[in-house]
Amino acid sequence: MSIQTFLDIALALLVIGVAVWTIVARDLFVAVVAYAVYGLFLALVWIRMYAPDVALTEAAVGGGVTGVLLVAAGKRLDMSAIDIDRQKPSTTLAILAAGCSILFAGVLMIVILSLPAPAPTLAPQAAAAASGPGAGLGNPITAVLMSYRSFDTMLEKVVLILAVVGVWSVGADQAWGAAPAPFGPDRPYDALVFLAKALAPVGAIIGFHIFWTGADAPGGAFQGGALLAAMWMVALMARLIELPRIDARWLRLALVAGPAVFLAVGIAGAMLAGSFFAYPSAFAKPLILSIEAFMVLSIAVALTMLVAGPPYRKGAP
Amino acid sequence: MSTAIDAFTIVCVAAGVFFYVAGTVGLLRFPDSPSRLHALTKADNLGLGLVALGLLPREPSVLGALKIVVIWALVMLSGASTAQLIGRVLRRGRR
Repeated sequence: MSIQTFLDIALALLVIGVAVWTIVARDLFVAVVAYAVYGLFLALVWIRMYAPDVALTEAAVGGGVTGVLLVAAGKRLDMSAIDIDRQKPSTTLAILAAGCSILFAGVLMIVILSLPAPAPTLAPQAAAAASGPGAGLGNPITAVLMSYRSFDTMLEKVVLILAVVGVWSVGADQAWGAAPAPFGPDRPYDALVFLAKALAPVGAIIGFHIFWTGADAPGGAFQGGALLAAMWMVALMARLIELPRIDARWLRLALVAGPAVFLAVGIAGAMLAGSFFAYPSAFAKPLILSIEAFMVLSIAVALTMLVAGPPYRKGAP
Repeated sequence: MSTAIDAFTIVCVAAGVFFYVAGTVGLLRFPDSPSRLHALTKADNLGLGLVALGLLPREPSVLGALKIVVIWALVMLSGASTAQLIGRVLRRGRR
Protein backbone atom coordinates (compact mmCIF):
# COMPACT_ATOMS: atom_id res chain seq x y z
CA MET A 1 0.00 0.00 0.00
CA SER A 2 1.58 3.25 -1.08
CA ILE A 3 1.64 6.30 1.17
CA GLN A 4 -0.88 8.02 -1.13
CA THR A 5 -3.46 5.26 -0.67
CA PHE A 6 -2.91 5.54 3.07
CA LEU A 7 -3.47 9.33 2.96
CA ASP A 8 -6.56 8.88 0.77
CA ILE A 9 -8.11 6.42 3.21
CA ALA A 10 -7.31 8.79 6.10
CA LEU A 11 -8.96 11.65 4.17
CA ALA A 12 -12.06 9.54 3.48
CA LEU A 13 -12.33 8.59 7.15
CA LEU A 14 -11.95 12.27 8.12
CA VAL A 15 -14.78 13.25 5.77
CA ILE A 16 -17.05 10.59 7.25
CA GLY A 17 -16.03 11.62 10.77
CA VAL A 18 -16.83 15.30 10.13
CA ALA A 19 -20.14 14.29 8.50
CA VAL A 20 -21.09 12.34 11.63
CA TRP A 21 -19.99 15.31 13.79
CA THR A 22 -22.28 17.59 11.74
CA ILE A 23 -25.25 15.33 12.47
CA VAL A 24 -24.67 14.60 16.14
CA ALA A 25 -23.57 18.12 17.17
CA ARG A 26 -25.93 19.32 19.93
CA ASP A 27 -25.30 22.98 19.25
CA LEU A 28 -26.65 24.50 16.03
CA PHE A 29 -23.61 26.79 15.62
CA VAL A 30 -21.21 23.84 16.06
CA ALA A 31 -23.16 21.90 13.44
CA VAL A 32 -22.85 24.81 10.98
CA VAL A 33 -19.10 25.08 11.58
CA ALA A 34 -18.75 21.31 11.17
CA TYR A 35 -20.66 21.52 7.89
CA ALA A 36 -18.30 24.21 6.55
CA VAL A 37 -15.31 22.06 7.57
CA TYR A 38 -16.96 19.14 5.80
CA GLY A 39 -17.15 21.24 2.62
CA LEU A 40 -13.44 22.06 2.83
CA PHE A 41 -12.49 18.39 3.29
CA LEU A 42 -14.73 17.49 0.36
CA ALA A 43 -12.77 20.00 -1.72
CA LEU A 44 -9.61 18.06 -0.84
CA VAL A 45 -11.33 14.84 -1.95
CA TRP A 46 -12.12 16.44 -5.32
CA ILE A 47 -8.45 17.48 -5.64
CA ARG A 48 -7.43 13.85 -5.05
CA MET A 49 -9.89 12.78 -7.76
CA TYR A 50 -8.11 15.14 -10.18
CA ALA A 51 -11.08 17.50 -10.43
CA PRO A 52 -9.63 20.90 -9.43
CA ASP A 53 -12.55 22.77 -11.03
CA VAL A 54 -15.06 20.98 -8.81
CA ALA A 55 -12.74 21.40 -5.82
CA LEU A 56 -12.66 25.19 -6.34
CA THR A 57 -16.45 25.32 -6.51
CA GLU A 58 -16.84 23.09 -3.47
CA ALA A 59 -14.42 25.18 -1.40
CA ALA A 60 -16.07 28.46 -2.44
CA VAL A 61 -19.71 27.36 -2.25
CA GLY A 62 -19.73 24.33 0.10
CA GLY A 63 -17.19 25.69 2.55
CA GLY A 64 -17.69 29.42 2.15
CA VAL A 65 -21.03 30.74 0.92
CA THR A 66 -23.16 27.93 2.38
CA GLY A 67 -21.42 28.36 5.74
CA VAL A 68 -22.17 32.09 5.80
CA LEU A 69 -25.73 31.40 4.62
CA LEU A 70 -26.32 28.90 7.43
CA VAL A 71 -24.73 31.13 10.09
CA ALA A 72 -26.92 34.04 8.94
CA ALA A 73 -30.03 31.83 8.95
CA GLY A 74 -29.13 30.47 12.40
CA LYS A 75 -28.67 34.01 13.72
CA ARG A 76 -32.19 34.88 12.60
CA LEU A 77 -33.49 31.76 14.35
CA ASP A 78 -31.47 32.71 17.45
CA MET A 79 -29.31 29.59 17.60
CA SER A 80 -28.82 29.59 21.34
CA ALA A 81 -32.58 29.59 21.97
CA ILE A 82 -33.09 26.31 20.16
CA ASP A 83 -32.78 23.43 22.57
CA ILE A 84 -32.17 20.37 20.45
CA ASP A 85 -32.30 18.02 23.44
CA ARG A 86 -35.81 19.09 24.40
CA GLN A 87 -37.12 18.36 20.91
CA LYS A 88 -35.96 14.77 21.00
CA PRO A 89 -38.07 12.59 18.69
CA SER A 90 -39.86 9.56 20.05
CA THR A 91 -38.13 6.16 19.90
CA THR A 92 -40.48 4.91 17.18
CA LEU A 93 -39.72 7.94 15.01
CA ALA A 94 -35.98 7.55 15.59
CA ILE A 95 -36.07 3.84 14.63
CA LEU A 96 -38.18 4.65 11.56
CA ALA A 97 -35.78 7.39 10.45
CA ALA A 98 -32.76 5.15 11.01
CA GLY A 99 -34.46 2.34 9.04
CA CYS A 100 -35.24 4.65 6.11
CA SER A 101 -31.65 5.96 6.10
CA ILE A 102 -30.18 2.44 6.13
CA LEU A 103 -32.57 1.36 3.35
CA PHE A 104 -31.65 4.39 1.24
CA ALA A 105 -27.91 3.91 1.76
CA GLY A 106 -28.24 0.18 1.03
CA VAL A 107 -30.15 0.68 -2.23
CA LEU A 108 -27.68 3.38 -3.28
CA MET A 109 -24.78 1.01 -2.56
CA ILE A 110 -26.37 -1.83 -4.59
CA VAL A 111 -27.05 0.52 -7.51
CA ILE A 112 -23.47 1.82 -7.53
CA LEU A 113 -21.94 -1.66 -7.15
CA SER A 114 -24.11 -3.10 -9.95
CA LEU A 115 -23.06 -0.47 -12.49
CA PRO A 116 -21.61 -2.12 -15.61
CA ALA A 117 -17.88 -1.78 -16.09
CA PRO A 118 -16.88 0.44 -17.73
CA ALA A 119 -19.67 2.70 -16.45
CA PRO A 120 -21.84 4.26 -19.15
CA THR A 121 -20.67 7.81 -19.72
CA LEU A 122 -21.22 10.71 -22.06
CA ALA A 123 -17.77 12.10 -21.28
CA PRO A 124 -16.07 11.08 -24.57
CA GLN A 125 -18.87 12.63 -26.68
CA ALA A 126 -18.85 15.74 -24.50
CA ALA A 127 -15.07 16.06 -24.74
CA ALA A 128 -15.19 15.52 -28.50
CA ALA A 129 -17.97 18.07 -28.96
CA ALA A 130 -16.32 20.57 -26.66
CA SER A 131 -12.90 20.29 -28.26
CA GLY A 132 -14.33 20.37 -31.77
CA PRO A 133 -14.81 23.47 -33.88
CA GLY A 134 -16.55 26.29 -32.10
CA ALA A 135 -15.01 25.71 -28.71
CA GLY A 136 -11.60 27.36 -28.74
CA LEU A 137 -11.07 26.92 -25.00
CA GLY A 138 -8.09 25.25 -23.33
CA ASN A 139 -10.03 24.06 -20.29
CA PRO A 140 -12.28 21.11 -21.28
CA ILE A 141 -14.51 21.64 -18.21
CA THR A 142 -15.40 25.19 -19.24
CA ALA A 143 -15.79 24.02 -22.84
CA VAL A 144 -18.30 21.33 -21.78
CA LEU A 145 -20.16 23.76 -19.50
CA MET A 146 -20.39 26.55 -22.07
CA SER A 147 -20.60 24.70 -25.34
CA TYR A 148 -21.72 21.08 -24.88
CA ARG A 149 -24.39 21.64 -22.21
CA SER A 150 -24.87 25.39 -22.49
CA PHE A 151 -28.64 25.23 -22.00
CA ASP A 152 -28.22 23.46 -18.62
CA THR A 153 -25.60 25.98 -17.53
CA MET A 154 -27.97 28.82 -18.41
CA LEU A 155 -30.87 27.21 -16.52
CA GLU A 156 -28.70 26.73 -13.41
CA LYS A 157 -28.32 30.49 -13.20
CA VAL A 158 -32.08 30.92 -13.66
CA VAL A 159 -32.54 28.61 -10.65
CA LEU A 160 -30.25 30.92 -8.62
CA ILE A 161 -32.40 33.93 -9.56
CA LEU A 162 -35.58 32.03 -8.64
CA ALA A 163 -34.01 31.29 -5.25
CA VAL A 164 -33.38 35.02 -4.73
CA VAL A 165 -37.00 35.78 -5.68
CA GLY A 166 -38.08 33.11 -3.18
CA VAL A 167 -36.00 34.66 -0.39
CA TRP A 168 -37.33 38.16 -1.18
CA SER A 169 -40.93 36.98 -1.15
CA VAL A 170 -40.55 35.84 2.47
CA GLY A 171 -40.17 39.46 3.61
CA ALA A 172 -43.00 41.44 5.18
CA ASP A 173 -45.33 43.37 2.86
CA GLN A 174 -44.44 46.72 4.49
CA ALA A 175 -40.76 46.08 3.84
CA TRP A 176 -41.14 45.34 0.13
CA GLY A 177 -38.63 47.26 -1.94
CA ALA A 178 -36.41 48.09 1.04
CA ALA A 179 -32.87 46.83 1.53
CA PRO A 180 -32.25 43.60 3.47
CA ALA A 181 -31.16 43.92 7.09
CA PRO A 182 -27.52 45.08 7.41
CA PHE A 183 -24.86 42.39 7.77
CA GLY A 184 -23.12 43.63 10.88
CA PRO A 185 -23.42 45.95 13.88
CA ASP A 186 -23.58 49.71 13.30
CA ARG A 187 -20.02 50.13 14.59
CA PRO A 188 -17.98 47.12 13.44
CA TYR A 189 -14.64 46.25 15.06
CA ASP A 190 -11.59 48.08 13.70
CA ALA A 191 -9.94 44.75 12.86
CA LEU A 192 -12.86 43.82 10.59
CA VAL A 193 -12.75 47.21 8.85
CA PHE A 194 -9.01 46.79 8.31
CA LEU A 195 -9.49 43.25 6.99
CA ALA A 196 -12.19 44.38 4.57
CA LYS A 197 -10.10 47.31 3.31
CA ALA A 198 -7.01 45.14 2.80
CA LEU A 199 -8.58 41.88 1.64
CA ALA A 200 -11.55 42.93 -0.51
CA PRO A 201 -9.55 44.59 -3.35
CA VAL A 202 -7.05 41.70 -3.51
CA GLY A 203 -9.83 39.11 -3.33
CA ALA A 204 -11.76 40.87 -6.09
CA ILE A 205 -8.70 40.74 -8.36
CA ILE A 206 -8.27 37.02 -7.58
CA GLY A 207 -11.97 36.48 -8.35
CA PHE A 208 -11.62 38.12 -11.77
CA HIS A 209 -8.42 36.14 -12.34
CA ILE A 210 -10.15 32.82 -11.57
CA PHE A 211 -12.94 33.69 -14.01
CA TRP A 212 -10.49 34.82 -16.72
CA THR A 213 -8.10 31.88 -16.34
CA GLY A 214 -11.08 29.47 -16.39
CA ALA A 215 -10.94 29.50 -20.20
CA ASP A 216 -7.64 27.63 -20.22
CA ALA A 217 -7.00 26.37 -16.66
CA PRO A 218 -9.04 25.29 -13.63
CA GLY A 219 -11.42 28.07 -12.67
CA GLY A 220 -14.49 29.61 -14.23
CA ALA A 221 -17.52 31.85 -13.86
CA PHE A 222 -19.06 30.21 -10.79
CA GLN A 223 -15.83 30.03 -8.78
CA GLY A 224 -14.90 33.61 -9.67
CA GLY A 225 -18.43 34.85 -8.97
CA ALA A 226 -18.50 33.13 -5.57
CA LEU A 227 -15.20 34.79 -4.63
CA LEU A 228 -16.49 38.22 -5.71
CA ALA A 229 -19.64 37.62 -3.65
CA ALA A 230 -17.48 36.75 -0.62
CA MET A 231 -15.49 39.97 -1.00
CA TRP A 232 -18.70 42.01 -1.34
CA MET A 233 -19.95 40.35 1.88
CA VAL A 234 -16.71 41.20 3.74
CA ALA A 235 -17.10 44.85 2.73
CA LEU A 236 -20.77 44.73 3.77
CA MET A 237 -19.92 43.23 7.18
CA ALA A 238 -17.40 46.01 7.81
CA ARG A 239 -20.14 48.48 6.76
CA LEU A 240 -17.82 50.04 4.17
CA ILE A 241 -20.80 49.85 1.81
CA GLU A 242 -24.49 49.29 2.43
CA LEU A 243 -26.83 46.73 0.86
CA PRO A 244 -28.84 48.05 -2.10
CA ARG A 245 -32.63 48.33 -2.02
CA ILE A 246 -34.12 45.25 -3.66
CA ASP A 247 -36.14 47.41 -6.05
CA ALA A 248 -32.98 49.12 -7.35
CA ARG A 249 -32.94 48.98 -11.13
CA TRP A 250 -29.21 48.15 -11.41
CA LEU A 251 -29.52 45.29 -8.92
CA ARG A 252 -32.28 43.60 -10.88
CA LEU A 253 -30.48 44.16 -14.19
CA ALA A 254 -27.30 42.65 -12.72
CA LEU A 255 -29.26 39.63 -11.48
CA VAL A 256 -30.74 38.77 -14.88
CA ALA A 257 -27.77 39.93 -17.00
CA GLY A 258 -26.03 36.54 -17.12
CA PRO A 259 -28.94 34.32 -18.24
CA ALA A 260 -30.34 37.12 -20.45
CA VAL A 261 -27.08 37.57 -22.39
CA PHE A 262 -26.69 33.78 -22.56
CA LEU A 263 -30.20 33.36 -23.98
CA ALA A 264 -29.73 36.22 -26.46
CA VAL A 265 -26.52 34.62 -27.76
CA GLY A 266 -28.29 31.25 -27.91
CA ILE A 267 -31.14 32.66 -30.01
CA ALA A 268 -28.66 34.52 -32.22
CA GLY A 269 -26.87 31.18 -32.67
CA ALA A 270 -30.09 29.63 -33.95
CA MET A 271 -30.19 32.24 -36.70
CA LEU A 272 -26.51 32.74 -37.49
CA ALA A 273 -24.76 29.44 -36.69
CA GLY A 274 -27.47 26.97 -37.58
CA SER A 275 -28.70 25.73 -34.21
CA PHE A 276 -29.89 26.95 -30.82
CA PHE A 277 -26.88 27.76 -28.59
CA ALA A 278 -24.36 27.15 -31.38
CA TYR A 279 -21.51 29.65 -31.56
CA PRO A 280 -20.06 30.82 -34.89
CA SER A 281 -16.67 29.10 -34.84
CA ALA A 282 -14.76 32.22 -35.90
CA PHE A 283 -15.37 34.04 -32.63
CA ALA A 284 -16.57 31.35 -30.23
CA LYS A 285 -14.03 32.15 -27.53
CA PRO A 286 -14.73 35.90 -27.21
CA LEU A 287 -18.46 35.11 -27.24
CA ILE A 288 -18.13 32.51 -24.47
CA LEU A 289 -15.93 34.82 -22.38
CA SER A 290 -18.39 37.71 -22.68
CA ILE A 291 -21.30 35.45 -21.68
CA GLU A 292 -19.24 34.28 -18.71
CA ALA A 293 -18.42 37.86 -17.72
CA PHE A 294 -22.13 38.63 -17.35
CA MET A 295 -22.63 35.29 -15.57
CA VAL A 296 -19.95 36.25 -13.02
CA LEU A 297 -21.86 39.46 -12.32
CA SER A 298 -25.18 37.62 -11.90
CA ILE A 299 -23.68 34.89 -9.71
CA ALA A 300 -21.91 37.37 -7.42
CA VAL A 301 -25.08 39.45 -6.97
CA ALA A 302 -27.36 36.41 -6.56
CA LEU A 303 -25.17 34.70 -3.93
CA THR A 304 -24.80 37.92 -1.92
CA MET A 305 -28.54 38.65 -2.03
CA LEU A 306 -29.28 35.05 -0.98
CA VAL A 307 -27.12 35.51 2.12
CA ALA A 308 -28.51 39.02 2.76
CA GLY A 309 -32.04 37.62 3.13
CA PRO A 310 -35.47 39.20 2.69
CA PRO A 311 -36.08 42.98 2.64
CA TYR A 312 -36.22 44.53 6.08
CA ARG A 313 -37.80 47.62 7.58
CA LYS A 314 -37.67 48.58 11.24
CA GLY A 315 -40.97 47.82 12.92
CA ALA A 316 -42.27 45.57 10.16
CA PRO A 317 -42.94 42.03 11.39
CA MET B 1 22.64 21.53 -6.24
CA SER B 2 19.41 19.57 -6.31
CA THR B 3 20.46 17.70 -3.14
CA ALA B 4 20.91 21.02 -1.38
CA ILE B 5 17.46 22.17 -2.54
CA ASP B 6 15.92 18.87 -1.40
CA ALA B 7 17.57 19.18 2.01
CA PHE B 8 16.38 22.81 2.31
CA THR B 9 12.78 21.77 1.45
CA ILE B 10 12.83 18.85 3.89
CA VAL B 11 14.19 20.98 6.75
CA CYS B 12 11.75 23.86 6.14
CA VAL B 13 8.62 21.75 5.62
CA ALA B 14 9.49 19.54 8.61
CA ALA B 15 9.89 22.67 10.77
CA GLY B 16 6.55 23.94 9.42
CA VAL B 17 4.85 20.64 10.26
CA PHE B 18 6.36 20.88 13.76
CA PHE B 19 4.66 24.26 14.28
CA TYR B 20 1.38 22.87 12.93
CA VAL B 21 1.52 19.94 15.35
CA ALA B 22 2.49 22.22 18.23
CA GLY B 23 -0.34 24.61 17.34
CA THR B 24 -2.85 21.77 17.18
CA VAL B 25 -1.71 20.33 20.50
CA GLY B 26 -2.02 23.81 22.01
CA LEU B 27 -5.48 24.25 20.51
CA LEU B 28 -6.59 20.98 22.09
CA ARG B 29 -4.80 21.23 25.44
CA PHE B 30 -4.62 24.92 26.45
CA PRO B 31 -7.10 25.85 29.16
CA ASP B 32 -8.68 29.08 27.89
CA SER B 33 -9.64 30.62 24.56
CA PRO B 34 -6.96 33.39 24.35
CA SER B 35 -4.16 30.83 24.84
CA ARG B 36 -5.77 28.53 22.28
CA LEU B 37 -5.91 31.47 19.88
CA HIS B 38 -2.23 32.12 20.58
CA ALA B 39 -1.38 28.49 19.72
CA LEU B 40 -3.44 28.61 16.54
CA THR B 41 -1.77 31.74 15.12
CA LYS B 42 1.64 30.05 15.46
CA ALA B 43 0.44 27.31 13.10
CA ASP B 44 -0.97 29.89 10.66
CA ASN B 45 2.00 32.24 10.54
CA LEU B 46 5.13 30.17 11.19
CA GLY B 47 3.86 26.75 10.09
CA LEU B 48 2.48 27.86 6.75
CA GLY B 49 5.35 30.33 6.32
CA LEU B 50 7.97 27.59 6.68
CA VAL B 51 6.05 25.20 4.41
CA ALA B 52 5.78 27.97 1.79
CA LEU B 53 9.48 28.80 2.17
CA GLY B 54 10.39 25.15 1.71
CA LEU B 55 8.31 24.89 -1.47
CA LEU B 56 9.65 28.13 -3.03
CA PRO B 57 12.87 26.70 -4.61
CA ARG B 58 10.86 23.81 -6.15
CA GLU B 59 8.66 26.21 -8.12
CA PRO B 60 9.99 26.44 -11.70
CA SER B 61 8.52 29.85 -12.57
CA VAL B 62 8.93 33.17 -10.76
CA LEU B 63 5.18 33.81 -11.10
CA GLY B 64 4.38 30.51 -9.36
CA ALA B 65 6.77 31.35 -6.52
CA LEU B 66 5.14 34.76 -6.22
CA LYS B 67 1.72 33.08 -5.93
CA ILE B 68 2.97 30.96 -3.01
CA VAL B 69 4.20 34.12 -1.23
CA VAL B 70 0.87 35.87 -1.89
CA ILE B 71 -1.06 32.88 -0.48
CA TRP B 72 1.05 32.99 2.67
CA ALA B 73 0.53 36.76 3.01
CA LEU B 74 -3.24 36.42 2.53
CA VAL B 75 -3.51 33.66 5.15
CA MET B 76 -1.48 35.79 7.58
CA LEU B 77 -3.75 38.78 6.95
CA SER B 78 -6.99 36.85 7.42
CA GLY B 79 -5.60 34.75 10.29
CA ALA B 80 -4.39 37.76 12.25
CA SER B 81 -7.64 39.67 11.68
CA THR B 82 -9.80 36.70 12.63
CA ALA B 83 -7.78 36.17 15.81
CA GLN B 84 -8.35 39.85 16.67
CA LEU B 85 -12.09 39.52 16.04
CA ILE B 86 -12.42 36.35 18.14
CA GLY B 87 -10.40 38.04 20.89
CA ARG B 88 -12.72 41.09 20.89
CA VAL B 89 -15.81 38.89 21.07
CA LEU B 90 -14.25 36.96 23.97
CA ARG B 91 -13.50 40.17 25.89
CA ARG B 92 -17.00 41.47 25.30
CA GLY B 93 -18.50 38.20 26.47
CA ARG B 94 -16.48 38.22 29.70
CA ARG B 95 -17.51 41.70 30.75
